[in-house]
Amino acid sequence: MKQYLNVVTAYMIMFTLIILVGIFQSWSQALSILNYCLISAVMTIGANIQWGYAGLINFGIMGYTALGGLAVVLVSVAPVPEAWKAGGINMIGSLGVVVAMIVSIRYISKNIQKSKKRNYLIAGTIVIGLLLIRLLAGPGIESIEAVDPAKTGFLGGLGMPILFSWIVGAFFAGGLAYVIGKIALGLRADYLAIATLLIAEIVVSIIKHEDWLARGVKNVIGLKRPVPYEIDLQTSPWFINLVENFNSGKLKVIGTISERQDVLKQLVIDASSVYVKLCMAGLFLTVVIILLIVTQKALYSPWGRKMRAIRDNEEAASAMGKNVVKEHLLIFILGSAVVGLAGAMMVTNDGLFTPGSYRPMRYTFVIWVMVIVGGTGNNFGAILGGFVVWFLWVEAAPIALFLINFFTAHLPETNALKVHLIESAPYFRFLMIGIGVLLIMRYRPQGILPEKIIKQ
Amino acid sequence: MDFLNAIILLLNYTIIPALSYGSQLALGAIFVTLIYGVLRFANFATGDMMSFGTMFAVLLTFYFQSLGINFGFLPTALLTIPFAVIMMILYMLSIDKFVFSYYRIKKSPPVVLAMVSVGVMFVTQAIIRIIIGPFDRRFLDGEKFILKATEFKEMTGLNEGLTIKSTQAITIVVTVIVVSIMFWFLNKTKTGTSMRAYSDNEDLALLSGIDPKKVVLLTWVIAGILATVGGVLYGLDKSYKPFVYFNNMLPIFAAAIVGGIGNPLGAFLGGYVVAFGEIFITYAYKKFFTYILPESLEPNSLMQLLSTDYKFAVSFSLLVIVLLFRPSGIFKGLRL
Repeated sequence: MKQYLNVVTAYMIMFTLIILVGIFQSWSQALSILNYCLISAVMTIGANIQWGYAGLINFGIMGYTALGGLAVVLVSVAPVPEAWKAGGINMIGSLGVVVAMIVSIRYISKNIQKSKKRNYLIAGTIVIGLLLIRLLAGPGIESIEAVDPAKTGFLGGLGMPILFSWIVGAFFAGGLAYVIGKIALGLRADYLAIATLLIAEIVVSIIKHEDWLARGVKNVIGLKRPVPYEIDLQTSPWFINLVENFNSGKLKVIGTISERQDVLKQLVIDASSVYVKLCMAGLFLTVVIILLIVTQKALYSPWGRKMRAIRDNEEAASAMGKNVVKEHLLIFILGSAVVGLAGAMMVTNDGLFTPGSYRPMRYTFVIWVMVIVGGTGNNFGAILGGFVVWFLWVEAAPIALFLINFFTAHLPETNALKVHLIESAPYFRFLMIGIGVLLIMRYRPQGILPEKIIKQ
Repeated sequence: MDFLNAIILLLNYTIIPALSYGSQLALGAIFVTLIYGVLRFANFATGDMMSFGTMFAVLLTFYFQSLGINFGFLPTALLTIPFAVIMMILYMLSIDKFVFSYYRIKKSPPVVLAMVSVGVMFVTQAIIRIIIGPFDRRFLDGEKFILKATEFKEMTGLNEGLTIKSTQAITIVVTVIVVSIMFWFLNKTKTGTSMRAYSDNEDLALLSGIDPKKVVLLTWVIAGILATVGGVLYGLDKSYKPFVYFNNMLPIFAAAIVGGIGNPLGAFLGGYVVAFGEIFITYAYKKFFTYILPESLEPNSLMQLLSTDYKFAVSFSLLVIVLLFRPSGIFKGLRL
């Protein structure tokens, strides 16, 4: 038990902090932070699988997150029949051309010997395919985007349950990872980082600018939810009764009935938002726990030992007959799939898909900071990192504001420096996180909860 | 006559903008490549370091303007570059002393240094935003145009006008000066040679008595000059916004890798390859073809390979292609 003491203590501190937010700010706020912490934890589990287990740098987390979000739109939104009628055939035709292109390129590269002729054939296939797609898709896209552009202007999704999209999101991200892995995994560590960063940027720019797919920067709002809506809760009698019973002490004190009704109404509104977030938190927590159990089992299985061997000494592992390339590709796909799942969860939580908000700062570098701070190679550490860093990311501005006010208390309200500092309080989050990373990298490079290797 | 119009059109909308944008990228790419070659890590704080240097130039420009100092028809910012460079070098050296040198002495793997540079990126971004804020700032003054479209039309009697913005000319001229001094230094002086020796083979360089501290110091000094000049030129041409500088890191990385990372000349050319690639592939050639083709063949569509939304994506795809077929860059082994 003693060896788990630091893990337990670290998590206790973290939950105390979140509860403190609940007491001092609001429970709704605390639960939003908790939900985002859980989503970040899923992302860090994914990044940790790649970096902690196998030593692969993946700076493309943003791309997988966005793809997971796209999956939610494509699966759960109701289809737009007018758009399908207008340009559906063209888009399906273009998809057919893409498949034909891939098949024929595979055929050429399998059956013709490596030569100039082969290169020209492949290049020719790509050029012809692109031209065909251009001819087919061009008018299709135009007519799809013309269908009620203020509301739809895209093909819509399949109208399936939103929870299903989480799995699809994972598959999308895994598929992308397969392609990227095939291209980039042979590269040296820092090349791989740059390549994945830039490829993720390409993926996001496609999602942003292909309006027929998911409305691009026009955003998709009002996505389905796996949990009840606040409005429905506020009118359902069982929920009002629940709130009444829960707050009976508080309500008794109030004298008149009309006043009591007003207070109750306000309480129900607050409680409905808390209830919805609690449901979400329950769902997310289930995902995190399942992932934690699976990854923990994997880490201490023969497969996990093999991965560590590959990470620590690639040559030796390969001399022992382990297929390094294959294992790297596999772990790259697995980790990315987990990140894709997190992306889908995040869009579900927000209820909207905003491709414009996917930026490398927030979705790649912050996630990496979480992994480094938490502890590479330790799943509990990675999750904790997700919690700590997200908490800091959100609460940095209030903390900074408090500190600024504290240290400049002797200055008058109109002092230029004070005003300037208060205005720039939101940017102290970058400072705190940056300094945190630098300190951790220097004095505790293994992270808050270091990797634990159990000798069997 | 139509043929001339077509050439002027291309010159105006593709070649001149690509040359100036390419110069800005090239300066950044040489910065990346130098850090990579000598200090051996991919510096993810590149964009923000350029932004940091530019911030001082912007602030000093505003200060100079308030004092009434100007540089005639040239932008005041050019006057402030030396001061901004000094601040920048001081900042870089202190970061090196407090952050990077520890890992260099410990001989940490490059990946660790790259991660550390992510930390530096966060801190630099915070400092910039706290000092100057995240807003868009224009600090260009002086003459805006060297050649205006209407003047050009009057001069030549052509249909197409040629505009040369003063920032474009300044960018190209300053880049040529800075880069040629740098290459002269690297190739012809003894200190420059020792730097290259250190970058090629650290152990042999140390064995022959090259002082590593001096090499590292020089690298940061040159990097500081390149980063500030590149940043200021970009800011003059477009505008100064911290977030945009962070994003510019990506095409700069693409340029450095396309040119073969670790090779300054490759990075210089890589900047232009990326810039020309971006602009040529996203330019709509409709007008160009209406000039050179007979009327019956005039195109109906825009004749655009990719929409301008994908400008950045083009340079990244270029990088992916290069990584696939020539991971060591398209200018492998090219030296002055």
